[in-house]
Amino acid sequence: MERNGIGKYENYITLGALIVVMGSLPLLLSNSYHLSIMAFIGINTMLAVGLCLLMGYAGQVSLGHAAFYGIGAYTSGILTTTFKMNPWLAIGVAAVFTGVVAYVIGVPMFRLKGNNLAMGTLGFGIIVYIIFVEMRDWTGGPSGLTGIPSLSIFGFTFDNDLKYYYLIWAIALLFLVLSLNIVNSRVGRALRSIHGSEIAAETLGVNTNKYKIQILVVAAMYASVAGSLYAHYLTFINPQPFSFKLSIEIVVMVVIGGLSSVWGALLGAATTTVLSEVLRGVIPQFLKGATGEYEIVVFGIILMVVMIFLPEGLFSGSVRIVKSWRREKESKQRTVDETAIVEPSSVVAEGHLAVEDK
Amino acid sequence: MEFYQQVLQYLVTGVTLGSIYAIIALGFITIYNVTGIVNFAQGEFVMLGALIAISLYKNQVPIVVAFVGSVMVTTLIGAALQRIAIRPAKGASTLTLIIITIGASITIRGLGLITWGPDPYSLPAFSGDQPIAFGGAAIIPQSFWVFGATIVVLGGLYAFFEWTLLGKAVRACAINVSAARLMGISPSSMALFSFALSAGLGAIGGVVMAPMTLATYDMGSMLALKGFVAAIVGGFTSTPGAVVGGFLIGILESMGAGLISSGYKDAIAFVVLFLVLFLKPNGLFGGRDTGRGGL
Amino acid sequence: MLDDSTSAVMTNGSLLDARNLRKSFGGVVAVDGFSFTVKRGQIVAIIGPNGAGKTTAFNLVTGVHPLTSGEIHFCGQRIDGLKPYEIAERGISRTFQNLQIFGNMTVAENVMVGRHPRSKAGILSAALSLPNARAEEKRIFEVAMQNLKVVGLAHRAMDAASSLPFGSQRLLEIARALAVEPKVLLLDEPAAGLAGQETKDLAQLIYRIRDSGTSILLVEHDMELVMGVADWVFVLDYGKLIAAGTPSQIQSDKKVIAAYLGEEMD
Repeated sequence: MERNGIGKYENYITLGALIVVMGSLPLLLSNSYHLSIMAFIGINTMLAVGLCLLMGYAGQVSLGHAAFYGIGAYTSGILTTTFKMNPWLAIGVAAVFTGVVAYVIGVPMFRLKGNNLAMGTLGFGIIVYIIFVEMRDWTGGPSGLTGIPSLSIFGFTFDNDLKYYYLIWAIALLFLVLSLNIVNSRVGRALRSIHGSEIAAETLGVNTNKYKIQILVVAAMYASVAGSLYAHYLTFINPQPFSFKLSIEIVVMVVIGGLSSVWGALLGAATTTVLSEVLRGVIPQFLKGATGEYEIVVFGIILMVVMIFLPEGLFSGSVRIVKSWRREKESKQRTVDETAIVEPSSVVAEGHLAVEDK
Repeated sequence: MEFYQQVLQYLVTGVTLGSIYAIIALGFITIYNVTGIVNFAQGEFVMLGALIAISLYKNQVPIVVAFVGSVMVTTLIGAALQRIAIRPAKGASTLTLIIITIGASITIRGLGLITWGPDPYSLPAFSGDQPIAFGGAAIIPQSFWVFGATIVVLGGLYAFFEWTLLGKAVRACAINVSAARLMGISPSSMALFSFALSAGLGAIGGVVMAPMTLATYDMGSMLALKGFVAAIVGGFTSTPGAVVGGFLIGILESMGAGLISSGYKDAIAFVVLFLVLFLKPNGLFGGRDTGRGGL
Repeated sequence: MLDDSTSAVMTNGSLLDARNLRKSFGGVVAVDGFSFTVKRGQIVAIIGPNGAGKTTAFNLVTGVHPLTSGEIHFCGQRIDGLKPYEIAERGISRTFQNLQIFGNMTVAENVMVGRHPRSKAGILSAALSLPNARAEEKRIFEVAMQNLKVVGLAHRAMDAASSLPFGSQRLLEIARALAVEPKVLLLDEPAAGLAGQETKDLAQLIYRIRDSGTSILLVEHDMELVMGVADWVFVLDYGKLIAAGTPSQIQSDKKVIAAYLGEEMD
């Protein structure tokens, strides 16, 4: 908030600028391919913002986030095709259902920490994917569900890329605002305190488990809405986009954006989506007859390089470096009165070889 | 009788599968014991082992040489991974290390795709395809190679850790890094060594299983997950625990696939994972908590 | 003899009353039948050689580790078995020997986390930025600034917590713990790594906190500080209580001297 470097005031300006840019962008992009990519950036932003809250702020890794996206898409798809439910109502029902799933999963899952949590969430993602493929009666199996209705309201039907673009971005921006509010609140601090030091957070009265579960539910509901929109936008779904690969891509988005920056999540979603499209076009030109997901090499290298050199993420990391560089310039003018600065982190800098961290 | 035969057959398949999982699990715990890292790229070593051996064999290299060559190349790749991606991140948090090794995993997988393409490859069985009858079940000869590899790996690891100076140095690092350093053991070299050893183990698993399954660039992830589950079941630090865990997962999976549904085969390992993590987080054989994240 | 004093203290307004605490890790007994009390307005110290179980005792009181056996009463209610956050809500907060600063926050935000149990905005009112949440947020900030003033860090409120020098980080942990409005504040080696003048300032700070109505339980190696500020001292060795008394009684206790000499010979 106003205490912080990036104040709430700045957030409003950024948000206003973003609304103007996103609102007027379609005037420049008449091409429906470009519009659909922009729409997907919006959908991916919803996914990335949720994971950013969970992983960046609360420090809880999830390698199965695509599952919630898929649950949202399939719940919407099944409710509107098999049960002919009103699509808007179905989006709401799907979000609540996904939230309940997240809660039921979260309660036992957050008894795990670190590596076990990572594998647990990964396993959850894979099981959900298998269910999409195997529960043919409900999901249509590998070939998926078709005939999912487009959204419409008061006779106005969302029947082209432009209309979906605006709908998706309106919701994505809403999620951004909600997330910014959460981050800059008592709850946001509680989440960051879990990341900073879980033990200290607990002894200061933060019920860490409660907040981990709450933020998982929020992230899952964001993903569910994104999935529902995806289903109604494309009007057909199959299991393929909800696989482990997407879970990793969402992690890439968050890592590029900066682990603890809501705006960064948007940036990461945009970068990753565009990069993914570009690579899909470029790589086959270099590799004859290339088919398949070559872009994962680039994503893998991004994950490694960013995490090694800027563990707080590309966006936040760069911001921090610029800031500290600027501060250094300022403080050179003042005399340094504290000579013996002991970085507390150097105490644990024993490194990855520390067998027992207390 | 029919049912009994079926179950026996599933058991044989399960033990074979389980041996592979056990070898992969041993790779996980080798790195974990020394460095405290869970290497999410472990499955990629298995893929590399299988595909490099197949490539060598296709270029007229005798199968034995292809086996050894593949394991050696993969070992070097494991060492390189430690130097390139793990060592520069010294002192990183668990979250960071998880993401780094996942990045490594999909990078290697992607490079595998570029090198070998998306098509599956196979390697001929080491000693023919004639199944051997065993109390009503049939055992393919390759299964014996898999059992043999597991026994050799186990025996080798035991001898190495118990009888060699280097092995004792690695163990010292696993027990107490600072004390080991005081004794003149370089933890950094031990970390390097653990990655190399672990990659070699993975490759052995990959080569011996290649004749029984089709090898593809993306075979590693599922194998790694099951190896991880085996390691968790075994408590993550115990060698015999990992082997028992591997057999358990292999048998349950084979039984489940045969008797319940093959579509959910891959989900079985995760059901076991969740049961173990939630009911007995330190594994069925005790051991240390692997969840180093929070506190 | 200890039991007598315990019951005497009970009727005497004891805030924190730990009875026969025992904690074993695997086979190793870290704390072995340790009883102690903290009375209202007291500064109590626990001392002992390295590995005597002092920090473990803190972890037991704050619920970080569950007790193997024993009982802890606080304000007449049993608190053993409660979660750390529940214990904090009841009015016990602490600092850490190995600093546990939230390096991902500013100095002020660190202290604001300490207001958590004294505020209540939930995730929904936060997400919607409802007026009551905003008003509460403002109060949290004001109280946090007051706490920072108490320890003399108000001028660094907006800086990244990780940019503070070591000594200031210790003070920040104290401010953060004070934000909880504890009835008992547990300080785990607050003087470790501090320079001479800083330690003297710390003693003054401890008095100020006590005078504002918060009792203090202190684990400390700096004997000058302990003997200067403490009203009552408990001495642990190998997890067992070997002596208890006023600082002057402790200083002349043969068992205590032997325990410390033993350590110096190591």
